[in-house]
Amino acid sequence: MGTQTNDPDSGIAAGPGSRRAAGQLESAVLAVLWEVGRPLSAGEVRDRLHRDGAGSAELSYSTVVTILTRLHEKKSLSRQRDGRAFRYAPVADRAGLAARRLSALLDQSPDREAVLSRFVADLSDRDEQLLRGLLGEGPGSGRD
Amino acid sequence: MGLPAYLTLLCPLAAGPLARLLGDRLDPRRATWLLTAAAVLLAGTSCGALGLLSLSALVRVPLVARLGELSPAVLTSGDPTETGIALVAGVLFGAALLATAAFAVRRARALADARRHARGLPGKGSLVITRDESADAYTVPGRPSRIVVSRGMLDALDDAGRAALLAHERAHLDGRHYLYTSAVRLAAAANPLLRPLADAVEYTIERWADERAAAHIGDRGTVARAIARAALAAKASGQRPGPVPALGAVFARGGAGASPAHGIGPVPRRVAALLGPPPLRRPATTALTLLFLVFVILCALHAADNLQDVLSLAHVEGG
Repeated sequence: MGTQTNDPDSGIAAGPGSRRAAGQLESAVLAVLWEVGRPLSAGEVRDRLHRDGAGSAELSYSTVVTILTRLHEKKSLSRQRDGRAFRYAPVADRAGLAARRLSALLDQSPDREAVLSRFVADLSDRDEQLLRGLLGEGPGSGRD
Repeated sequence: MGLPAYLTLLCPLAAGPLARLLGDRLDPRRATWLLTAAAVLLAGTSCGALGLLSLSALVRVPLVARLGELSPAVLTSGDPTETGIALVAGVLFGAALLATAAFAVRRARALADARRHARGLPGKGSLVITRDESADAYTVPGRPSRIVVSRGMLDALDDAGRAALLAHERAHLDGRHYLYTSAVRLAAAANPLLRPLADAVEYTIERWADERAAAHIGDRGTVARAIARAALAAKASGQRPGPVPALGAVFARGGAGASPAHGIGPVPRRVAALLGPPPLRRPATTALTLLFLVFVILCALHAADNLQDVLSLAHVEGG
């Protein structure tokens, strides 16, 4: 699932039908948004993809919207309403996104616990109370 | 064959008591070694015993006996294993082999994924700091292995806490702790009775890294507070789904040696352990465990020996 964030240019012209191509389109769109550093509308994203010479003559407005929506659903992008359309911005920087994807990928695997060594495991509500007790904090007074 | 083979099959029942004996009180590094050794050995011997029992039935099939030039009369009289038991053993043996192979493939894939992603993370050093606001920190095994820490996590900790976190994660990297967890999970895939050992190891490697971090920082209390703050911050930022209570009750999920009886998760136990006295080497406990492992080996060897005796006798008579 689109792990190759580092080659946004390749495969753009491939049909949007294949999953691999879709992953690369997502990477290309993300690359545009990282580069710009401010929220963009779907039209602006498409214009920039064209201008970057991404060979995307076939890239229609609706394809870009689809990709943006999908990225938003994956929580890779945040969006805000601007008039009748949305503007999109990356949720995390490149490192954050790669890490997030990794984490999401491993979360799907039942073996993730042993592959990723997390600093702290999940807490139950009772664990939380215990910890606050051990830290000498009353409930709710911790720094969050 | 008889008794030694059955004893060998019963030995994995000791996994629960063994995990409790070693999991909490012993020096975590030593505990990890003993638990891992026990899990791998018990998996090997119990699967081996199942294999022997099913083999003893297989050689009594006339065709196999003829191929092996074995005397059916000697086989039947020399080996008291009932055909029904042998069949059950055969099925269990096959299931164990399949489960082990399936786990091995899955884990190899997960490790390959991790390796690829570790390479794909930006920067060249081992530390990757993400601009993520939610608190998270983990180690990804690979070449190079990477330590990923979110800005949310860094913000939740003071300087000493950050140092503790990094020392903990580096301890995981240096100790190649994923190899232990992979080994014990493989053992538990081969024989589900060994799951308590696998859960215990997932806990003791965290304790191991905690104590390494404490030794590095020079203060166990600092590490304890860092763990507590990090866990509270991670829960507050709520990025990941919490433990599933139903599964937690049955499988001690969050595994890391969570003790379902008390419902206390691994994190408070780690913090409490660091706030308490340093762990001890406990030579008596170690010796007891090693003695048990020797007993397991002897049982298995005896079982194999018995079958071999019967087979070689049958071979003489049949050939």
